[in-house]
Amino acid sequence: MKKFLVNLGLVILVVVALAVWIKLPWVGVVALALLLALWLLLTRAGRQASSVTAVGVSTLRQRLGSSAVIVIGIAGVVGVLVALLAMGDGLSQTLKSGGRDDTAIVLRGGSVSESQSVLVRDDVDAITQAPGIARDADGKPLVSAELVVAASVKQRGSGEDANAQLRGVDAAAWALRPGLKIVEGRKFKSGLRELVVGQGAERQFAGMQPGDDLKLGNETWKVVGVFASGDAYDSELWADRQTVSSVYRRGNSAESVLVKLTGAKAFDGFKAALASDPKLKVEADTTANYFAKQSEGLSKVIRVVGIAVGVIMAIGAIFGALNCMFAAVASRAREIATLRAIGFRGAPVVVSVMLETMLLALIGGLLGALVVWLLFNGYTASTLNGFNQLVFRFKVGPDLIWTGLKWALAIGFIGGLFPAVRAARLPVTTALRES
Amino acid sequence: MKYFHLIWAALFRRKTRTILTLVSIIAAFLLFGLLDTVREAFTVSKTVEGAGRLVVTSRMSMQQPLPESLGARIQAVPGVSNVASANWFAGVYQDPKNQVISFAVSPSYLDVYPEIVLPADERAAWDRTRTGAIVGAALAKKFNWKIGDQIPLQSTIFPSKSGSNTWTFDISGIFHGKDEKNAGLEQTMMFHWKYFDENNAFGSGTVHWYVVKVADPMHADSIARAVDALSANSDHETKTQTEQSWQASFIKQLVNIGLIVTSIMGAVFFTLLLLTGNTMMQAVRERTSELAVLKTIGFSSRSVLAMVLAESVLLLLIGGVIGIGLVAALVPILAKNSGGMMPIHGLGEHTWVFGLVLMVVIGVIVGLLPALRAMRLNIVDALSGR
Repeated sequence: MKKFLVNLGLVILVVVALAVWIKLPWVGVVALALLLALWLLLTRAGRQASSVTAVGVSTLRQRLGSSAVIVIGIAGVVGVLVALLAMGDGLSQTLKSGGRDDTAIVLRGGSVSESQSVLVRDDVDAITQAPGIARDADGKPLVSAELVVAASVKQRGSGEDANAQLRGVDAAAWALRPGLKIVEGRKFKSGLRELVVGQGAERQFAGMQPGDDLKLGNETWKVVGVFASGDAYDSELWADRQTVSSVYRRGNSAESVLVKLTGAKAFDGFKAALASDPKLKVEADTTANYFAKQSEGLSKVIRVVGIAVGVIMAIGAIFGALNCMFAAVASRAREIATLRAIGFRGAPVVVSVMLETMLLALIGGLLGALVVWLLFNGYTASTLNGFNQLVFRFKVGPDLIWTGLKWALAIGFIGGLFPAVRAARLPVTTALRES
Repeated sequence: MKYFHLIWAALFRRKTRTILTLVSIIAAFLLFGLLDTVREAFTVSKTVEGAGRLVVTSRMSMQQPLPESLGARIQAVPGVSNVASANWFAGVYQDPKNQVISFAVSPSYLDVYPEIVLPADERAAWDRTRTGAIVGAALAKKFNWKIGDQIPLQSTIFPSKSGSNTWTFDISGIFHGKDEKNAGLEQTMMFHWKYFDENNAFGSGTVHWYVVKVADPMHADSIARAVDALSANSDHETKTQTEQSWQASFIKQLVNIGLIVTSIMGAVFFTLLLLTGNTMMQAVRERTSELAVLKTIGFSSRSVLAMVLAESVLLLLIGGVIGIGLVAALVPILAKNSGGMMPIHGLGEHTWVFGLVLMVVIGVIVGLLPALRAMRLNIVDALSGR
């Protein structure tokens, strides 16, 4: 009965500790580490604990096999978790970073994304007249009506069919996206079938080098330049809107209108003006908001999947660690009993076993994070966004590595706690008699 | 078999260790089962019904419409037994979050898709109703739609002639998938192309893709070329491919599921090898003297080897079967909660077979080293504890 209550208490302790641990910011973790270090150095029990830990760590070499199980097991968990989260982060960052507070996107009312929206010529003209739109040096409003088409292209390398987003833009499009730079060649000339491709598209699809001829929509286009923007536009091909619209027979319609506002504050007035026009059935949103919404669904799914896979793997790793630490404690039972017989208290023994496990866990976590960082940081992948391919990069940032290490330490904590308590509670006389 | 109780007793000699190891194995195979199910769900299944179907889309872009008149010309191509057409509709019900996968289809669509099972009287009723729609059983259940209901759907793409985005449909039938593999179909809705075309504010006389049923799947390639030749050098060139490669091209672009699953499983099984290998090593090491006794009373070295191997394979089998068994119990729950997002149709035989092979292979690998050690045991040395 007493044993059961102790175990129940331990389980509750684990749950509480995990809940606190998940919420704990890095400052809290550093404070905890400092407190522990102070305790180890300054108190009598702490000094005992550190000397027992030193003995335990020095015997690690003789238990290379089981220590490796803990390290590799936890490295696996952290590696997979960090890799999956890096995929989600990379994707959402690519989708999100194209947005700004001082540019607005106007779609037909009820449309969730550009490809679902249609705006006719009159809509575009009315939107251009709305208040709050910034003007360039010549006094022309900074407005770009845009048309996106899913163009059939070939994958580079495999030669398989893929859909690339072909965007027809007006001349103001460049000024509306200050983050977007031509890195090779030049901009397209209006009226000509010339394309400028994003650097992601250049890498992903065949025939996208400057100077290449490309067949899109029954016509031959010339690639004249490459641009870089670091967001979703990187996966697109850009051309003159009138040209795209005539090749794909879209008449005078556009799908979205992008406008530069005089400032972030002008947005409310702009939106209200559009809403009050009875002829218009459109919705305006800042691009920052629009892109954030676009990235929500997919990156959430990846995050959930990553954490689910991580949890299942972590359960496996916890039991692996428990197994190894129980074995370690059993093999050192005599030594620990001797320590207790000569006057060491329970707490230093518990702390030393836990410290040992968490040290192994930390090594495992660092190893896993390092491998993933080496393999996947900046790794390019692609997925479908609506109809079209979107190229993005994995991003293994410090925050993800931090998350991974927190997981590693949590696994080490649980894996070490139960064996540590067993070690401290073993009756001294039995343990000494055991062979 | 006669040694089974001996192996069993050896396996549970140290209960804590065996159970802890088992939980790790269960976790590994649980993950394996789940990931393999997801991979299967994203792999295009080769169905008998799909074998003779070709999909014709615009070569320019999947969203680019094709003229409706092309259908009759495709029908005339030798070897084509039937042609159906479909249009994207992108409907939502009440809230933009409630997407309804819906198509405007030609009357022959149901003949081309025999896996859509609709009772004959409902089919007749649908054919009679201009604004009629048929919905999949799962979709009908989700929104609690019944035959005879009139439902408003918003199209996120096509406004109707009345100027609003709302289209009304009368539900004239509820269809089922022919078997479990077609469960995904039950999430869809179909209605008459004619109604769509008359009521659509932009462009008329167009369809988004044709589905062509060929008489003999062996000739699918030449028929696909003949269909593409119909529109060569026109302003609506087509691309014709088998239904399978059409679906595969979508999935391949979506995500490289195979690569992700393989990498995760690689990491998991590598760890598992180490973990169970360590357990088996410990188990044999602490039993050295017992194994020596077995040999003394006449067990051959080979049977000792076999017994240790059997022990490790058994360990993996117990854990693995429980793990995959858990997946079998979980998958229906997951499929239900994903709201049709995941086209999961139960745990495949393939997963079981592959899982069992993995269990045996891993069991043999981790058991081999300890088993060899047990086999080579020198009785005198082992008994004297040297």
